[in-house]
Amino acid sequence: MDFTIIAETNGDSLHPTTYQLIGAASSLGSNSTVICPNGVGSSEAAKINGVEKVISATGDCFNVFDGGAWASALSSICGEMILISASPNGREIGSRIAAKKGIPIIQDVVSMTEGITVSRPIYSGKAMESLTISGSAVVTLRPNAFETALAENDAPINVVNQSADVRIAIQEAINKASERLDVTEANIIISGGRGMGTIENFSHLEEIADTIGAAVGASRAVVDEWGMPHRMQVGQTGKTVTPSLYIAVGISGAIQHLAGMRSSKYILAINKDPDAPIFGVADYGIVATWEDAIPALKSALSDLQS
Amino acid sequence: MNIAVLLKQVPDTTAKITISEGKVDENSVSKWSMSPYDEYALESGLQLKEATGGNLIAITCGPERAKKVLTDAAAVGADTLVHISDDGVCDSTHVQKLLAAAVKKFDSHVVLCGKQAADTNGGSTGPGVAELLDAACVTLVSEVNFSEGNFTTIRPSNSGTEKVIVDGLSVFAFDKGSSELRRPNVRGIMMAKKKPVESITSDDMGVNLEPSNVKMNSQNPPPEKPAGQKFEGAEYVNEVVSKLRNEANVI
Repeated sequence: MDFTIIAETNGDSLHPTTYQLIGAASSLGSNSTVICPNGVGSSEAAKINGVEKVISATGDCFNVFDGGAWASALSSICGEMILISASPNGREIGSRIAAKKGIPIIQDVVSMTEGITVSRPIYSGKAMESLTISGSAVVTLRPNAFETALAENDAPINVVNQSADVRIAIQEAINKASERLDVTEANIIISGGRGMGTIENFSHLEEIADTIGAAVGASRAVVDEWGMPHRMQVGQTGKTVTPSLYIAVGISGAIQHLAGMRSSKYILAINKDPDAPIFGVADYGIVATWEDAIPALKSALSDLQS
Repeated sequence: MNIAVLLKQVPDTTAKITISEGKVDENSVSKWSMSPYDEYALESGLQLKEATGGNLIAITCGPERAKKVLTDAAAVGADTLVHISDDGVCDSTHVQKLLAAAVKKFDSHVVLCGKQAADTNGGSTGPGVAELLDAACVTLVSEVNFSEGNFTTIRPSNSGTEKVIVDGLSVFAFDKGSSELRRPNVRGIMMAKKKPVESITSDDMGVNLEPSNVKMNSQNPPPEKPAGQKFEGAEYVNEVVSKLRNEANVI
């Protein structure tokens, strides 16, 4: 089975998940075709092991993100089995390609084996579902769930000029003041909950985040009640995250919060209530108030950095 | 203006999900609710209706119990309630075909939905329906406005957010926004109970549901994590940090 992979890009280069998409396909013996929308990252993609050829898809239709236009431009150059990142744009392009071709789409897959059998979380991770695909399909893969392919290859690049009707135009760009790392991009996340007492106390978490290059997250309670930005919310109605380390401070661990972070590689929970449900999913738990634990954590982490 | 809002009934996010014989046991779900992102789509649909004097058509595809979300929508102001039977539905393409057919049948000018449902968490429906309708789609939006014959909306961008204008028939898939969701009053609830629900099937709309090439093998509880290491007191912070470095290798 040979896959068509639609590259995930990050501005003007490949997003790390593109290496994971190719790695996942290669583990099933695929000689993959990688399509780079707007030509972004095509020479980088050509170097990744498991890539048979790269299609650099160019054209004015890629200037603005319009999932309909992108799907229309990409669909005709895709094969029978299509892999895309389960990012917001990936999910949207994948859905439209699937609908255009009349084939099913399976989103947010976390494992894929011969057959093709895939598994994915449902009910925000409260259960897992195993599915077998016989025939064409679009599959989106969850970032950080698959091995990264190495780059020691030299595959040919074909440039294809595509056109499509663009129906979306940007009227105004509104830039965010916040320079903080996004929770979905971060390797380490430190999140606070109601146990932090007040919104002002999040500055202590931000200091730690700055020391170790982490993103700051929040539980739904503090987003709803204290007006923290929704983009920081981790959980069933917020972001689903899979960092290497998730530090939960003053978060009791409501079922909706656990759904958004339980597949983190390692979880450290700090909570004064020894019976808090968050300890049930934590690899390391410290029963303490944030007032006691955070200064100690900050100095221990600073010592490591120096 | 006819404003179609696509709604899905899902287990409430507080509900425990139990597995019985390799399948999620729907009978054990303690509470069913409107999927949370759909509530933001509905709220925006009501604001659009108020601004344009339009007609709000609430559409759901699901079993008989799903009619409850339509009545809930009527209690806050939905005008037309449409229930599509989910008989024969087994994958993403089926639901999208049925919803797209209903949007057409009710002559809708704009379609609003949640960015993803709280059960499948897919996010395929909005863009998929848009594709079948040959419509534009903007996802993760927080508000939609109509002026001078065009829809504008706000969506996230790499550097913050951006205001975009959309041409022609459009589908908007909502993220959680800053809008306060309205709650029904007693009169609304009483009126909603009397509002008829129009029930339609795939046959009524001439939609052919072909066999799916995706087979569900099983549903299972998430993998159990081995019990973690728990320490009583902040004096263990140093020890835990050194474990994060030396055992877990994550810092």
